[in-house]
Amino acid sequence: MSNSLRAAAAFVGAAVTCLGEAPGLSSEDIAVQASFQALTEAGLTTQDVDAVFGALPGNCSPLSGLLLAEIMGIKPKFTDNSRTGGSTFLSHTLMAAMAIKEGLCDTALIFYGSNQRSASGKLVSAVQSFPYEADYKPLFPITSYALAASRHMHEYGTTREQLAHVAVSARKWAQMNPDAFMRDPLTVDDVLSSRMVSSPLSVRDCCLITDGGAALVMVSAERAKDLPKKPVYLLGGAAATWHMNILAMPDLAQTAAAESGARAMKMAGVSNSDIDVVELYDAFTINTIMFLEDLGFVKKGEGGAFVESGAIAPGGSLPVNTNGGGLSCVHPGMYGMFTLVEAIQQLRGECGERQIEGAEIALAHGNGGVLSSQITNILGTEAVL
Amino acid sequence: MKQANDLVFSSPGPDKIYQEYLDKGELRIQYCDSCSKHIFYPRILCTHCGSRNLSWVKPSGNATVYAVSVVNRRSEKGGPYNVVLVDLDEGPRMMSKVVGIDHEALSIGMKVKARLDSSGDKPLVVFDQV
Repeated sequence: MSNSLRAAAAFVGAAVTCLGEAPGLSSEDIAVQASFQALTEAGLTTQDVDAVFGALPGNCSPLSGLLLAEIMGIKPKFTDNSRTGGSTFLSHTLMAAMAIKEGLCDTALIFYGSNQRSASGKLVSAVQSFPYEADYKPLFPITSYALAASRHMHEYGTTREQLAHVAVSARKWAQMNPDAFMRDPLTVDDVLSSRMVSSPLSVRDCCLITDGGAALVMVSAERAKDLPKKPVYLLGGAAATWHMNILAMPDLAQTAAAESGARAMKMAGVSNSDIDVVELYDAFTINTIMFLEDLGFVKKGEGGAFVESGAIAPGGSLPVNTNGGGLSCVHPGMYGMFTLVEAIQQLRGECGERQIEGAEIALAHGNGGVLSSQITNILGTEAVL
Repeated sequence: MKQANDLVFSSPGPDKIYQEYLDKGELRIQYCDSCSKHIFYPRILCTHCGSRNLSWVKPSGNATVYAVSVVNRRSEKGGPYNVVLVDLDEGPRMMSKVVGIDHEALSIGMKVKARLDSSGDKPLVVFDQV
């Protein structure tokens, strides 16, 4: 029974929109635009949707599911705008699959839209300051990630150069993605010489601050066969949370991705060597290294050497963040959706110059808070059912 | 009904008690009388065993730096400052800062000791190198 959700539901629409800068649009506008694109490619309209999932940035309505449904004239039977940070949407896919499988709804729309760059130029977050940390003025969220990076460097000898290779690899992928926001050449020296923000993380160790939106449409696996797009199935999904604030993280060099990844892969019936393409939530360069380790792609402590070897760059042994990631493609505050859309587009073979030949199984991994919420989804094509 | 009432927590809450100790010049953390472990930050239930049998004890103040970041604040705004996580000898981890030390000299594994800095608007737990 533990595998009963495996391939119960499929993605039949997946779209990104307004990547980079979208002046004049509200976050809601961007989410609606993305929803329209995803529904249209699925051969559906707003009037087919009977379940709404999603989120908007922290300065928008927390009841964003109700709001977006109203804006689009949808009367959902099931609404979920719960949030776990940037990982939120990888939980929504799991909830949508459960609701579809149990017959609570037929057509689920998952949305995100953010105008944070045009509106404020800063990260817009729902996280409130925590009194047992705030007195010491950590920058949110970078100092929390910097503390984790300091610990990883201390325990495993990870270097700033190795962190820089994560940013450089992401940029090389972005250069093959016409929609990516940052496509100029980037070298390890550029990263190392960029302004230090909260040591050991510099500006170029940090994700972008952009506008952007994305949307997904999910239906039952059976119904997906009759819709125009090549279906991509949700094979597995799992979440794990061990802390909220960085002071409560049990081991700063080890994330709960170790748990979410293992459970998601078990549900999907796959192992690391089966996975063709990997989309990780790279809010900071240290994330990619820790998630590669904790998800089991490399041994603990070997992530730094792995990325330094060029393994995750174009032409390497493991394609990681093929859209350019949050570091170089897009990061409108909650990046999780973009891991899913890139995974789906890779499995549909739509990625042009950056397409991974023969990609049949993808892993998308979401992170929320300060390495707090870890949620893994495994996606696959009909060929692997 | 009597049993249900026994389960109701009575005020003041743990944050307030912690702050009252600080205001009196004392750092106190909680100790679980059920599982014999210390916890920080202050809570109603023990995070190790779920018990409510928590009492307030005085930690030794001895600690080890667990993680370090130096925030590169611009000089016109006061210049760089450090943010650390320290592990108290009793077990719990706190966020704090190490005072009176060059940022280059500050390192993970360094032994430090807590004290209360009362120079600001409210007492702040900081650490000195030992």
